[in-house]
Amino acid sequence: MKTFVGIDLGSTTTKAVLLDEDSQIIGRGITNSRSNYGTAVRVASQEAVIDARSTLFRRALTEDGGLGTNVENFLSSLDRAVRLEQFLEQLDDLEETCSGQVKGERFAKVEAGVREALVEVFRRLREEAPALYAPGSKRKSDFFRDIAGSRYHTFAEDIARDAGLPYDLLLNVYDKSIIEVENRPPAGDPRDKFRRALARVMEEDASFKSNASDLLPIFERTLAIELDETYLVGTGYGRVTLPFSKEHIRSEILCHGLGAHMMYPKTRTVLDIGGQDTKGIQVDPSGIVENFQMNDRCAAGCGRYLGYIADEMNMGLHELGPLAMKSDRPARINSTCTVFAGAELRDRLSLGEKREDILAGLHRAIILRAISIISRSGGVTDEFTFTGGVAKNEAAVRELRKLIKENYGDVTININPDSIYTGALGGAEFARRAHFSEPDGSNA
Amino acid sequence: MTTKIVTSKSAPAKEVEKDASMVKQKEMMAAHYDRLTSAPETGEKVCATFVPGNLNELIMCFGLVNNLPEVNAIQNGLRRQSGSYVLEAEKIGHSEDVCTYVKSDVGMMAKGNIAPNGKKFPNPDVLLLSYTGCFTFMKWFELLREQYKCETIMLHTPYMGDGKITKNMIEYMVKQLKDDVIPTLERISGVKFDIDRLRENLRKSTRAEDDLVRVLQSAKNKPSPIDGYFGGIYYIGPIFGAFRGTDDAIDYYRFLRAEVEERLAAGKGPVTPDGDMPKERYRLVVEGPPNYTHFRQFWKMFYDEGAVVVASSYSKVGGVYDFGFRHDPDKPLETLAEYCLGVYTNRNLPQRIDMLTNYVNEYEADGLLINSIKSCNSFSAGQLLIMREVEKRTGKPAAFVESDLVDPRYFSAANIKNRLESYFQMIEQKRASARAA
Repeated sequence: MKTFVGIDLGSTTTKAVLLDEDSQIIGRGITNSRSNYGTAVRVASQEAVIDARSTLFRRALTEDGGLGTNVENFLSSLDRAVRLEQFLEQLDDLEETCSGQVKGERFAKVEAGVREALVEVFRRLREEAPALYAPGSKRKSDFFRDIAGSRYHTFAEDIARDAGLPYDLLLNVYDKSIIEVENRPPAGDPRDKFRRALARVMEEDASFKSNASDLLPIFERTLAIELDETYLVGTGYGRVTLPFSKEHIRSEILCHGLGAHMMYPKTRTVLDIGGQDTKGIQVDPSGIVENFQMNDRCAAGCGRYLGYIADEMNMGLHELGPLAMKSDRPARINSTCTVFAGAELRDRLSLGEKREDILAGLHRAIILRAISIISRSGGVTDEFTFTGGVAKNEAAVRELRKLIKENYGDVTININPDSIYTGALGGAEFARRAHFSEPDGSNA
Repeated sequence: MTTKIVTSKSAPAKEVEKDASMVKQKEMMAAHYDRLTSAPETGEKVCATFVPGNLNELIMCFGLVNNLPEVNAIQNGLRRQSGSYVLEAEKIGHSEDVCTYVKSDVGMMAKGNIAPNGKKFPNPDVLLLSYTGCFTFMKWFELLREQYKCETIMLHTPYMGDGKITKNMIEYMVKQLKDDVIPTLERISGVKFDIDRLRENLRKSTRAEDDLVRVLQSAKNKPSPIDGYFGGIYYIGPIFGAFRGTDDAIDYYRFLRAEVEERLAAGKGPVTPDGDMPKERYRLVVEGPPNYTHFRQFWKMFYDEGAVVVASSYSKVGGVYDFGFRHDPDKPLETLAEYCLGVYTNRNLPQRIDMLTNYVNEYEADGLLINSIKSCNSFSAGQLLIMREVEKRTGKPAAFVESDLVDPRYFSAANIKNRLESYFQMIEQKRASARAA
């Protein structure tokens, strides 16, 4: 089948969205952008393709009806199993790479010991892997580097201590290997991955196994569908580094406008607060950008500001919003300079202001700046769609709602849980339109 | 009539054809700077004055050499000197938000006041301010007066708040010319004012002005044979600088017009630093001054995408000829007054909006782009309003980028490129949906 890919290369994460011919989303993928955009694109696309397979299974199983209400259970088990398979594959790769690093003078006297230790570290990593992907288990992150890294450190520390080996040698081996592994897109036949995952699911759940004779043909039939990458459009800050020709590249402003329109067709104003820029975009009833403004010369008040505050306060980024929500007397803070934020924060803490009040004030400050950008782009017209990482922050959203109401009255405010994919979605739709030579494919 | 010049800067060396007008302009500029810097030896007296509404024809009546501080700042920007001058001025005590032309000038003085030819600028004998809407000019000359302890003359041009020039305004200005400007210039130069000499200068101005207008309006053609902003800045150099009213200017604009007409006949696009622009894809009207520290890089962002600026307000910064104004030798003092009154920055917002709207319509542009200058209040005030209104009236999309005149710190290439690309794609989208409708 034909698929249309949109890739959004952000400064922090790279997103991919797959559309079918009817503009329906069939797959989404996300990965950290690393220092290697090429790999990030491949990884995100592959994630989206895996997700697309799940969508195809869902469609096939729903149509078949055999599993009844159990479809969702089955699909989520399958999804977890596929991720586990992928994780195990990458662990193999990491182990091999690590072991290749054990050479040279530094290891002269301890080589055998280090090798033994590595075998043990990876044995433990593999052993606990299924638990990481068990139903209901919470992972701090879905990126291989984050999951494998923290567990590797813990195991290596224990094992090194017990064996009387220098811990930093094991750390060094890991540090040298992880970048290499991360920059290698996952190998192996994706279909085999699905087959192994299915076998695992059947093994674990007898109810699915009893349905095997029905499930297997549907499964194989769906796997046999070729997902052709019919047309691809890249967007985002990293787009210039993409090895695509010009007609495959669109500005993220246009992609965001169109993506927001696809999520909420009545959207006329879009606000996107990302890691390093804030955009106010006006779109017409068909999602075409009419005007836009973005922060200039300085990234004050963008997502990174909150990241910096979180670091300063020794908190997780996702903890800021909930704490700020506890405030009922936000501090008045006008500066949105990220560099000054730390000083502002310490100064106010020393004056005895409450953490939640300061945080609420900081959230208000970035939203004030965003409101200024929106007003310069032409104000807010109903409906209003808020996208970007900061849209996930409830305290920021609360301030935004307040200020929109004060300035523009009652306006429908849309925030999609998948708003991080807005740019990639717009890109994918551009790709679809370009392929079918529809208007707004904008192929000059 | 072309001369082949091999550029040494970029490898592999590329041959660039210089047109006769380019060679002529270069010679004129070099000769002018030489005349200026050798003033202490030749005994010629120097008059510093500003570009918008300058009175070059009058200044020449007294044998004074004209020195234009903004042009010096532009030269320093293009030659990558302004960054260190701006820092120097900040060290002296000028804040970050002060006009960077001023800071470049102040910093240049502090660092030895060296002209582009490597010699020292002479001290001015008189500062002649024809005040045409930019308040900063007044403050700038206050600084220079303090520095040089020389005489200052201010010709006050009333602001065109109601959008028209009245008889009273002209009389008010002529009175200043008669009672103050001319007698002071006579005293300083030791030369008696000769109105026939002024008439002769004005007659020459008109000839050059006619050719300039033909050149700028050639952009109404498709494809446009010129770029009316990046190229336009070169084209306005002589007329708004030290050459209006001279034979040199007449020659320059005659060459230029012939070249442009030749390009037009050949169906060629504008000349860019990388040669002829191959295909015109977007036609833009630009409002606001350019950035000089990254002039080529900025321009390249346009011509690489096939974007031509067909009209710009900045190419009218010294004086506006679009509505038929030409210097009139029969009314020598009145015409000087009218020239100053009509300067772009002396026009009110509705007039600027009308002008830009007309440009978009008459030059069949795809839209309006504003380059907003961080440190230029006389241009920036009201620009967003102008943008909305022109957008509304023309139905064409507009966009906004930001940079600075000669402070390199305020040019963020990635950010500007991103916005420009988005804008070009926006135009593309609009066209596609118009085709579909």
